[in-house]
Amino acid sequence: MNLRGWWLAAVLLPLAVLAREAPPVAADEQVEQRLVRISEELRCLVCQNESLAASRAELALDLKREVRELIKAGKTDDEIRDFLVKRYGDFVLYRPPLKESTLALWLGPFALLVGGVAVAAVFIRRRRAAQQASLSAEDERRADALLRGEDRT
Amino acid sequence: MRIGLIIAFFALVALLAIGLTRNPREVPSPLIDKPAPAFDLPRLAKEGRFSPAEMRGKVWLFNVWASWCVSCREEHPILVEFAKTRRAPLIGLNYKDPRDDALKWLARYGDPYEFSVVDADGRIGIDYGVYGVPETYVIDRAGVIRYKQIGPVTPDVLAKKIVPLIEELER
Repeated sequence: MNLRGWWLAAVLLPLAVLAREAPPVAADEQVEQRLVRISEELRCLVCQNESLAASRAELALDLKREVRELIKAGKTDDEIRDFLVKRYGDFVLYRPPLKESTLALWLGPFALLVGGVAVAAVFIRRRRAAQQASLSAEDERRADALLRGEDRT
Repeated sequence: MRIGLIIAFFALVALLAIGLTRNPREVPSPLIDKPAPAFDLPRLAKEGRFSPAEMRGKVWLFNVWASWCVSCREEHPILVEFAKTRRAPLIGLNYKDPRDDALKWLARYGDPYEFSVVDADGRIGIDYGVYGVPETYVIDRAGVIRYKQIGPVTPDVLAKKIVPLIEELER
């Protein structure tokens, strides 16, 4: 090893001693995994386009703490979702239940699709009808003649 | 066909325009017309504890505030004015706030509350579905939440919604 190598070792060695393995995020891996699974389907109320799992908002952290405790208390996923819905409403669920107030949300896209298909169908039909009408018997005869490469007039 | 498309276009514009006037931050609370969640919390300034059951038979306001909350500053003078009218008892929920900061804040800007209770870890806030301080609840004589104001109470909200509601509930 040359002088430079020794220098490098002298600088890096203390750092290596200081470096430690990252401590596990949570003692209970299973609880954390369930927490992530549940909170990915929950909406953060502070940053509304973020899931609870992804959010670092203060309230999101508090709610995750709550969910973590419910998991440890042996609650089912449904019971945990229910806990949050009772306090914050269906809005927290990324998959809201199908009921009167969410009917437009669930069926709206399909209604738009059906409407769009209907408009497109009418449009296409009309255009086709217009195209068919544009060829008279004389035009057809000339087109045939052109295709056969006969008359060029 | 063309007329139909124009009508459809304007219908869509109208729909989106209505959407723009609405505030997506205001999530309707499922707690309206439900009993106010029970709790037992220490008071902020003096010794002693408080639980909402003590307010049975009274129409009262429950206001969630914190010294770190910017819009609470905006709302505060309105609450101070309201407290002077003695229209209904106003109780504060000091939400996730260091005690010293909270007391200093009240000393500086005035204390409109009968008293405030301390929700240090935000648990009671969660029970009340708090997601953005300030929030204000109107609770009736039977202990049922009748109205929730999300965000600061404005003079308009106070005059048009909260005070008429108190009058109606006290009748």
